[in-house]
Amino acid sequence: MVRDIENVQNSFSTENNGNISKKKSFLTYGEQDKFAYFLLKLIASLVIILLLGMIAMLLNSSLPAIKEFGIGFAFNDNWNPVEDEFGALAFLFGTLVTSALAIMIAAPLSISVAVFINEILPTKLGKLISLFVEMIAAIPSIVFGLWGIFFLGPFVKDVLTPFLKSNFGFLPLFQGASFGIGILTASIILAIMITPTITSICREVLKTVPKIQKEAALALGATRFEMIKIALIKPSFSGLTGGVVLGLGRALGETMAVAMVIGNSPTITASLFSPAATMASVIANEYAEADSDLHLSAMCYIGLLLFLVTFIVNSFARAIVWKKQRKARG
Amino acid sequence: MTYLHWRKFKNIAFHASLYLAAVIVLLPLFLIVSYVFKMGASSLNLDFFLAFPKPVGEVGGGMRHAITGTLYLVAIASIISIPTGLLCGIYLSEFGKGKVATLLKFSIDMLTGVPSIIIGIFAYILIVVPLKGFSAMAGGVALSIIILPIVCRSTEEILKLIPQHIREAGLALGLPRWRVILNIVVKGNLSSLITGVMLAISRAAGETAPLLFTSFGNMYLSYRIDEPMASLPVQIYNYAISPFDDWRRQAWAGAFVLITIVLGINLLSRLLVKLGSLRHLIRRGIK
Repeated sequence: MVRDIENVQNSFSTENNGNISKKKSFLTYGEQDKFAYFLLKLIASLVIILLLGMIAMLLNSSLPAIKEFGIGFAFNDNWNPVEDEFGALAFLFGTLVTSALAIMIAAPLSISVAVFINEILPTKLGKLISLFVEMIAAIPSIVFGLWGIFFLGPFVKDVLTPFLKSNFGFLPLFQGASFGIGILTASIILAIMITPTITSICREVLKTVPKIQKEAALALGATRFEMIKIALIKPSFSGLTGGVVLGLGRALGETMAVAMVIGNSPTITASLFSPAATMASVIANEYAEADSDLHLSAMCYIGLLLFLVTFIVNSFARAIVWKKQRKARG
Repeated sequence: MTYLHWRKFKNIAFHASLYLAAVIVLLPLFLIVSYVFKMGASSLNLDFFLAFPKPVGEVGGGMRHAITGTLYLVAIASIISIPTGLLCGIYLSEFGKGKVATLLKFSIDMLTGVPSIIIGIFAYILIVVPLKGFSAMAGGVALSIIILPIVCRSTEEILKLIPQHIREAGLALGLPRWRVILNIVVKGNLSSLITGVMLAISRAAGETAPLLFTSFGNMYLSYRIDEPMASLPVQIYNYAISPFDDWRRQAWAGAFVLITIVLGINLLSRLLVKLGSLRHLIRRGIK
């Protein structure tokens, strides 16, 4: 429709170019539009090139480390900048464990809150609550980190650890001394930070469920709980998974808050109380002070791995959510 | 207990657990904000805004250099990425078909998901290595790459909501397409576009990770684009992990100022949207 009108428009303006727009401009309307389109396309291409350049440069700077260590880099847990020996296993471990734990805490809570806002609360109150949830996402991660060091750390050390130890102390997960900073504290902070992401996506997904479906369940005599289980959660399960996976993508790349509370020691232990390090936190801590080229390159290699992992996780999530939304539109 | 009772009990338990979940999710927000306000308000004084840091060990001093630095870095980032992001968003919403548009959409999606620390590495390789030193320029570029996808996304979303017939009306009046886009589509929605930009700026003001090894930070006031520059988040980080009580006190004051700025911009921009739609409604009501 627009195209047609535009074509007519263009031919019209070109014909009348002689007596209308000659005074003002030296280009016909059609040419002006072409120029504007070209300009926009140029900038768009620049952004695409920026992304490609980013990947290429990252790859290029990690080449020395790739040549030196190869794929084994990801399976070697020895990280020793003094001896120029580098392996990323401890950081992979730290990233995966903290993110997985954060997801385990955040996913059920976020989905519950999404259901709560969409289904239970009246619209106005729901909007207020969702504003509060979104405010969590607006807090800078450095503030989370600061709060983690001085409030959450001591809380984990003095309250949570004794509780977990006395109740679940037989598990290797909850053994060993706690200094307040460590995997558990980092995971809790991460869980708080990714909750708004998961909640908002789950709300979008839940909105796509047709009202008729819910009413049909209620009409059959289902309680509110049964309706939500049968008519809401089950059909949108894949979409909810997409939201959770997107949250995982955010958790993997989160840097500052984690770097401040995880303790930064590249060790692999079973205990959740012990300090560890993540891929992002080691880059934040050591990049500015690295003096050997191999050290820098090894960190670029870690960055590349992190990039790959987040890329795969995000594309996976996006594919699920997109598919869901397209289906909902018909 | 009959089966019906059991079902009703499950229903009640479910509702209770939803209320509980909402409380658990919102509790950290209030804990964080109240703790930062408590610690920050008591350590905030006029010196914090006006004085420069004192040498190590001396009590007192402030973060004037860091506040200035943050404003400076955010300004650099805005100058680079707001025009670019707006134009990309316009391109996606107005000409969103074809190979370049699909690729751009994909790139923007990817840039949104890239961890900010990796963008820091990129800015380091791109600017710090060739210039052989940390610089405000590198920090600004890193921040600009972070907010570019946010500006672009919000612009695209906002412009897509405009009904097609408004554009057609403009074209029917005999305007060239770029004038329709500029004078009708963009100008008519300027307030919502500004909201998106403000949200992006508030995001940039709070970023720390990419600045650690790009603008790096220093302890004096600097306006030079080719020298290291302090910023509020990095200064908070450095003070927070230091062993000195007075520096920690200042870190809290910094966090207080930062959270006030960021949440303030965020709420203000949401308020703007609300006021805008309210005005719209009133105008429509009068007609």
